[in-house]
Amino acid sequence: MRIEVDRGAAGPRTRSRIGLALTLLAAALACGPVQAAEEAASEEAPALGADWQSWRARNDVTDMPSVQRGARNFVSYCLGCHSLKYQRWSRVGADLGIPEALLQQDLLPPGDKVTEYILTSMPARDAENWFGKAPPDLSLMARARGRDYLYQFLKTFYVDPTRQTGANNLRLPATAMPDVLSELSGLKRAVFRDVMRRAEGGGFIHEQVFDRFEPLAPGRLSAAEYDGFVRDTVNFLDYVSEPTQTARRALGVWVVLFLLVFTWLAWLVKREYWKDVH
Amino acid sequence: MAVKTATGAPAALPAGLAAPPAKQGFWAWLNKRLPVDEFISSQLTGYYAPKNFNIWYFFGSLALVVLALQLLSGIYLTMFYKPGELTSFDSVEYIMREVNFGWLIRYLHSTGASAFFVVVYLHMFRALLYGSYRAPRELLWLFGMLVYLALMAEAFMGYVLPWGNMSFWGAQVIVNLFGTIPGIGPGLVEWIRGDYGIADATLNRFFALHVALLPLALLLLVMLHLVALRQTGSNNPDGIEIKDKLGADGKPLDGIPFHPYYTVKDVVGIGVFAVLFALIVFFVPTLGGLFLEAPNFEPANPLSTPEHIAPVWYFTPYYAILRAVPDQRMGALLMLLSVVSFLFLPWLDHSPVKSMRYKGWMSRTWLALFAISFVALGYLGLQPAEGLYVVLARIFAVIYLAYFWLMPIYTKLEPVKPVPARVIYHAH
Repeated sequence: MRIEVDRGAAGPRTRSRIGLALTLLAAALACGPVQAAEEAASEEAPALGADWQSWRARNDVTDMPSVQRGARNFVSYCLGCHSLKYQRWSRVGADLGIPEALLQQDLLPPGDKVTEYILTSMPARDAENWFGKAPPDLSLMARARGRDYLYQFLKTFYVDPTRQTGANNLRLPATAMPDVLSELSGLKRAVFRDVMRRAEGGGFIHEQVFDRFEPLAPGRLSAAEYDGFVRDTVNFLDYVSEPTQTARRALGVWVVLFLLVFTWLAWLVKREYWKDVH
Repeated sequence: MAVKTATGAPAALPAGLAAPPAKQGFWAWLNKRLPVDEFISSQLTGYYAPKNFNIWYFFGSLALVVLALQLLSGIYLTMFYKPGELTSFDSVEYIMREVNFGWLIRYLHSTGASAFFVVVYLHMFRALLYGSYRAPRELLWLFGMLVYLALMAEAFMGYVLPWGNMSFWGAQVIVNLFGTIPGIGPGLVEWIRGDYGIADATLNRFFALHVALLPLALLLLVMLHLVALRQTGSNNPDGIEIKDKLGADGKPLDGIPFHPYYTVKDVVGIGVFAVLFALIVFFVPTLGGLFLEAPNFEPANPLSTPEHIAPVWYFTPYYAILRAVPDQRMGALLMLLSVVSFLFLPWLDHSPVKSMRYKGWMSRTWLALFAISFVALGYLGLQPAEGLYVVLARIFAVIYLAYFWLMPIYTKLEPVKPVPARVIYHAH
């Protein structure tokens, strides 16, 4: 059971940016069965980011332009701190159809060779001193945490003055990572609700539940453009997490077709032999 | 194609040494020195199997195919895999990315591990269904169970080798189970690990056991399983001994030579299996985290416990039973009991008939409840051990064990149907 207490700190719940129809819908929902309102805060109002847990990456690793843009994004915004230590530059070039000259010119850090692994130039020891922990290698992150996780992570940064980096994250609370994409996405703050929940064995627990985002300052990209930026980046990381996946599926079609024909022939042989068994 | 009579038995088959076909040249030279013909005759062309095998009888040959696949793909992997705290994880990724078709070999091996359990579980269920563990096949059943136990050890140790985070924590949980043994427990755990924690020494010895000792044990046990099968002959869906009804030629009336009839039939089964297997390998190799768990794509980290530690799906029924008991020692004991209960089946089943076709409603109900419990426990083992999940796990654990240990009672109480004299076979 949840009892909601409106906190003054969250500010007046004006929904000026939301259309009248949506306000009416929210009102209708609020008037609905009490249980529905209790069950999921996200149903209560179509507030900005309230449904972040249902955001899906919906990326497509066969969309080569998108993977290429993702590679560019990675080099521009991630490589400063994060490595892809299992992936070579040449492999990226070969799989993404980027000619070596272009690879050298646009993506490779100066001095790196195409046969080298994609490594950040930030020393791990320094990074640990600066951030408390070394930024993780991202080679397998899309497989370990999932594409949707990465997508949600990159889209749910918010301003939090209590954090050392000035930023916090819904997907990974208390993340050590600064909001490095804020210049693109803009800044937003998170509004929390104070919810009292009945604890196991009686008593109540206060809980801070995320309610919605409120934009503070716009970024260089519109919401839709930033969405595309994140999707491309996740797409690239998805590709890096298993560079053979496109080849795997392509080969799989032929293997399965062969096996189907083989099985059909085997069945014909079996039927012929078993005609004699009565 | 061989000439066959109307009864289905080939007209002239080499019957062991009784009438060796006159052969010339190299083949004769070879057979004088190596019993090739004799072997083919005793194991394949002269081995009579019941003609009424149904779909449940595919899984034995499939298990053999998967064993071969695991041995071959495993040997290939050892050429690139480097056991060791600092090298394991990297070498697996090296295989996945830089070895030609390394990804394919690795997925064949990882999917093969799960497929092994799929076919073995179905193979075991077949035995429960048709009473294949009953006399005179007790040893056949016991060897099969030893294969299963060796397979569990093999799979567990293989799962540790990639040195992912779930490898590490799974090993931690399972090895610690030995610590519940009174007295020697803690010392034993240390001896198994070779260190005070799951560490480099553990990884290297698991590698040795996984690639040398256990595969040898598996091969030996599978051979004994097959030798015992050839001695007693196969059971069948009717649970009738075909050796009791011999024709004028001394061959079972309801039997047909294993080769060519069951070899050609099994090839069809292998084809269907291979299609399903390839669909997983090429399109969903992790099977949504069931065959390859997501936390295992992060290197082992003793400082970061995964949110839920769960073994791979084929161990989860037992894991659910382990966690269903509040006391860890009792839980481990109950888990052990639920594994070894299978061993006692030949002596727990007191029914006058073998096959479920002729057993009564109690046996049928209990087997159905057991199958449901096994699947349900498998599901519950993947869920966090809390609330309703634990309550359900307790209920299903009791049903699971009751299936075995009430068997002497319910197989005697129930009325059974009359067993026909000959097997039931409908020609296609």
